[in-house]
Amino acid sequence: MRRVKSDERAQIRLTLNGRAVLGLAEPRMLLSDFLREVLGATGTHVGCEHGVCGCCTVLIDGIACRSCLVFAVQAEGRSVATVESLAATDGTLNRLQRAFREHHALQCGFCTPGILMSFTDYLGRNQAPSEAQLRDVLSGHLCRCTGYDGIMRAVIDAAGPKSEDP
Amino acid sequence: MKPRPFDYLRPRSVDEAIEALAEHGDKARVLAGGQSLVAMLNFRLLAPQALIDIGGLEELDDIRRADGRLEIGAAVTQNRLLAEPGLARELPLLAAALPFVGHFQTRNRGTVCGSVAHADPSAEIPLVLAMLEGEVVLRSARGTRNAAADEFQRGMLATSRAPDELIVAVTLPLRTSKRVAFREVARRQGDFAIVAVAAMVEEECVRIGVGGIADRPAVRRIAARGESDIAQALDALALELGGYDDLHASARMRRDLLRRIGPIVVREALACAA
Repeated sequence: MRRVKSDERAQIRLTLNGRAVLGLAEPRMLLSDFLREVLGATGTHVGCEHGVCGCCTVLIDGIACRSCLVFAVQAEGRSVATVESLAATDGTLNRLQRAFREHHALQCGFCTPGILMSFTDYLGRNQAPSEAQLRDVLSGHLCRCTGYDGIMRAVIDAAGPKSEDP
Repeated sequence: MKPRPFDYLRPRSVDEAIEALAEHGDKARVLAGGQSLVAMLNFRLLAPQALIDIGGLEELDDIRRADGRLEIGAAVTQNRLLAEPGLARELPLLAAALPFVGHFQTRNRGTVCGSVAHADPSAEIPLVLAMLEGEVVLRSARGTRNAAADEFQRGMLATSRAPDELIVAVTLPLRTSKRVAFREVARRQGDFAIVAVAAMVEEECVRIGVGGIADRPAVRRIAARGESDIAQALDALALELGGYDDLHASARMRRDLLRRIGPIVVREALACAA
């Protein structure tokens, strides 16, 4: 049985965006805080800290979830992907990110990383989703400035046929 | 907010989990998907000395059919169950209610059994469990017992689970009426239901399940004769259940929602092909 005492800082090893990483965390440290404060992956944003706003959404073993509702120690040995994994190393945006830019799907951008990660999971698992299905996924996120129309246009575009890709 | 400190225990088997529960009892909480529990810890509504993490236990991550029942292990997520082939045919009420459970992102991690353990009075899965006469399978060092849904959920966030017992699965009978309907009212998609109503047509009567009015799901049978009989029965049920006031809705609004969506749900269930 893995046991970590409440005041003990355990070594947490996991794969972050394809790279093996190691950091120290008490059991009560949330994955969202671990990513930002220990591993320096500040692309993951923290909004509400109780699973409502969706800003902190990351992929754990490819599955989108709220990193404020997961403890760092639970992610031990897992593969975590954050928004930093989406663009190419030279900064070239991926298809979903380009669609967000083209359709004005962000303004302040605070909620954007979480939304991108949710749809990275959803579109990866679902071919040709309906608008209602995409809306249902987006309902797990709160945006307080741009509004949802641009975001819907972007995800509908990104979910469509890839014919425009070079 | 951040949780208060706790010891973290990750057993490698159900036996180890039960040992840990026997050792810590009511000082510990079982962590599976954590989609309700971690939020409560973050708010410091709970401050257990230890968390026992069963989320990764493979022996609990199984959906089985045996003895005419569907058995859902304690590590099975809501989205995994939703994607189970044949679910809509076998258990249409469960398939109809699951998409209302939280959001895509929380269903990815939240477990079916965790929702039952949490016992929120407006939650969809406990309502379906009560409607379909499901059972909760509890294991401890003292043995295994099955608790019927209505004897398991005792009140708001309260169950008959003993401190040393681990919920290892819930089971649902596969032979049920397929003439079912489900609706709920929430402020926004994915929010907690203010009122949830399920209906299932049986011979001579309609079984009605109501969440969000009493302190636990309420299941009653009403005669399915005519619209006015049904409306009267729903009105009586609303008054019997009473309801509670919180920041989302008053008791009166909850009763009124049952009177308004109840007849629609019954009509939808009656309209289903036999």
